[in-house]
Amino acid sequence: MNGADAHAPEPQAPAAAAPAGQVAEQTAGQAEGQRAGQPAGPAAGQAAEQAPDQVAGHAAEQTAAQPAAYGMPAVADELEAYALDPQAGTPLTAAITAVPAEATARYALELGDDALIMAQRLGELVAKGPELEEDIALTNIGLDQLGAARLLLQYAGRGLGRSEDELAYFRDESEFRCCALVEQPNGDFAQTIAKVFLVAHFQQLLYGALLGSADEFLAAVAAKSLKEVDYHVEHADLWVLRLGDGTVESHRRMQQGLAEVWPAVAELFDDTGNAELITAGIAPERAGLREAFEARVAEVIEQATLSVPTAAPLMVGARQGRHTPHLGFLLAEMQVLARQHPGATW
Amino acid sequence: MADERGTRDATASGEDRRSPAEQGAGVAELPARSWPLWEVFVRSARGLSHVHAGSLHAADAQMALENARDLYTRRSEGVSLWVVPSAQITASDPDRRGAYFETAGDKVYRHPTFYARAEGVPHL
Amino acid sequence: MEHAKTAPADGAHLVDQAELDDLQERFDATIAAEQRIEPRDWMPEAYRRTLIRQIGQHAHSEIIGMQPEGNWITRAPSLKRKSILMAKVQDEAGHGLYLYSAAETLGIDRTTMTEQLIDGTAKYSSIFNYPTPTWADMGAIGWLVDGAAICNQVPLCRASYGPYGRAMVRICKEESFHQRQGFEILYELSHGTPAQHRMAQEAVDRWWWPALMMFGPPDADSPNTAQSMEWKIKRFTNDELRQRFIDMSVPQAEVLGLALPDPDLRWNEATGHYDSGEIDWTEFTEVLKGRGPCNALRVSNRRRAHEGGAWVREAAAAYAQKQAARAAAQAGGGAAANEERAAAQGSGQGSAHDRRMAEAS
Repeated sequence: MNGADAHAPEPQAPAAAAPAGQVAEQTAGQAEGQRAGQPAGPAAGQAAEQAPDQVAGHAAEQTAAQPAAYGMPAVADELEAYALDPQAGTPLTAAITAVPAEATARYALELGDDALIMAQRLGELVAKGPELEEDIALTNIGLDQLGAARLLLQYAGRGLGRSEDELAYFRDESEFRCCALVEQPNGDFAQTIAKVFLVAHFQQLLYGALLGSADEFLAAVAAKSLKEVDYHVEHADLWVLRLGDGTVESHRRMQQGLAEVWPAVAELFDDTGNAELITAGIAPERAGLREAFEARVAEVIEQATLSVPTAAPLMVGARQGRHTPHLGFLLAEMQVLARQHPGATW
Repeated sequence: MADERGTRDATASGEDRRSPAEQGAGVAELPARSWPLWEVFVRSARGLSHVHAGSLHAADAQMALENARDLYTRRSEGVSLWVVPSAQITASDPDRRGAYFETAGDKVYRHPTFYARAEGVPHL
Repeated sequence: MEHAKTAPADGAHLVDQAELDDLQERFDATIAAEQRIEPRDWMPEAYRRTLIRQIGQHAHSEIIGMQPEGNWITRAPSLKRKSILMAKVQDEAGHGLYLYSAAETLGIDRTTMTEQLIDGTAKYSSIFNYPTPTWADMGAIGWLVDGAAICNQVPLCRASYGPYGRAMVRICKEESFHQRQGFEILYELSHGTPAQHRMAQEAVDRWWWPALMMFGPPDADSPNTAQSMEWKIKRFTNDELRQRFIDMSVPQAEVLGLALPDPDLRWNEATGHYDSGEIDWTEFTEVLKGRGPCNALRVSNRRRAHEGGAWVREAAAAYAQKQAARAAAQAGGGAAANEERAAAQGSGQGSAHDRRMAEAS
């Protein structure tokens, strides 16, 4: 699959009709993407590495259904929000009208909440970076996470009868399905990097596996997000190396940062409650990603002259709504304004 | 932006740094002045040249590349990036502008318009 | 090689008066011909100092300007607004960076400028010393503050100093969405619930006058304007730009359904402009002198980020040095192991990473 293929217009008119303006906007976005002529990114290669057959098949489906965007307001909204990257979101237009079954919607919520809470934490750091360039880089990662979160919450919301904002702002702590790792405070820059590093590696493997999901929408989100996450991995790996193999102080802090968040790692590979989705080929088995995850992060950690922490796993069930104490405060801040004005639009 | 900035002095480019051991030994911290400066060149589309877009600070080449990506291609402005340490650029001296550039001015015979007899002749 | 060339201040290498006159004449001719001055051209010391001051202040304003909006990123009331605000504040960091780069061509480094900012010797736009107590302030900042900034900045794209003008071109392009998103926030609030409408009106009431002050003191009290205009750094006077901004804003406020807090604001058929009330310049002076509501907070936040990041910057520099040394040792045909070679491959990238990326592509 290459850029041109991905953008080849092959209209298969969907049921919903759209106002002309919207279609024009969409087309312009695609043309812009085409002009930039971006070749297949690392994601394609990544995909091939993961599951060649499924990926190829999936790509074909995506191409065929590509212009199905017409008329879905959520898409226009998304394109507007992603004006920064005209290509973002285009492959997703295929499946965006799909309404997931409740179990799939709840699974999308797990993925979306991880991304949302990660974005919220990175949002706390804006204007606080150790150097302006890094401030911009971390915000970029935050924006990627937020973009993925919105797509996933919109999708989950269609299955659960709620909007993305209702899900983000009007659920209580126990209703959130994010993992404990993303809830952890930013700490110092080393701890932030440790978290970005571990989350990025986890998401890289998870999204890679999701490319082959039987759920078309989740596979499409994975394909889009994988390109972003590949970059997060690169960025975080390099910082782990720089801090681990930098000065005595940075080495100490990096080791400490990893130790702080490491207890939350084990939970990432917990599949509780997802057995049926795994059988149905919708959700990948997270436990199966653990070995590759550990090998990858260990390789970087050791190269950075650091050691893999041995801390015992955290006793939580964040995916079942039993969170670490940090999430409540994070939500209090995130939701305060929206809850002061229930029913308002912004 | 840093068009012709040329070499930086050692303190500005952070050459003067103590070893990690010294830094960890509780010696009063002397902040590193700045990461070195890099010039960024962006190819906006395939088929076009890389064009100077601006500059940034980065500790190493890979960081410079990543920073360039985040800073100069946030709006899909590029398909390829070059980063070059600013200190590695040798620039011509504006005071030598005459000797360097004005001397080309009278070599009109290098331009096709100099050749009047070919005017109107097909395929010439 | 030196940075921007100026008349020698220390007399270390004396230039005779005739040569100096000649250089000045060439500089004046370049300016008069609407050509750009480039970094290594000779320029009068005062021109260089003026630029460093102005570009530096401009850069600091972008960076400090991240804070009043940054404190609403975590509380933005919808995910769409959150992503827009994050992208906008990120742009401001980028704009600060472009401007610092432009100033660096004049022979001052960014660290020095940052130190001047956090020790209080460098100024930045006073507007950012006002607090942002409500979400509507995100709208008012976008609409009024960015709107005023755009009025100021568009003419600066033609500034006589090349790097400054080029930075401004990039900034103006990127900023085009900033004012619109602010306008949109206010529009939604103004047409929302009564509480939202009230929030929007209060924000406009708070930001209108400070936005007018952004253009600087009246022309009569602006001693630097004439020289800056002569040098073609500045193209319009403070009062001209302020008037343009008022004329633009009045009809926009009508679309928003919000009132501008100036009872004297009315259309003047004779001048073709809006007449407006007196600006309270004592407030301007107070804030400028550091007695605004947030001066100390803004600077201390910036200081904390900069000083708190020192160990990170040092670590990255130390790592880069190690990598360079490893690369040199390896190039020297030393006993570099394979792994070492991969690690030192110029990019500073690790072998684990290299290998994975190689596999993936």
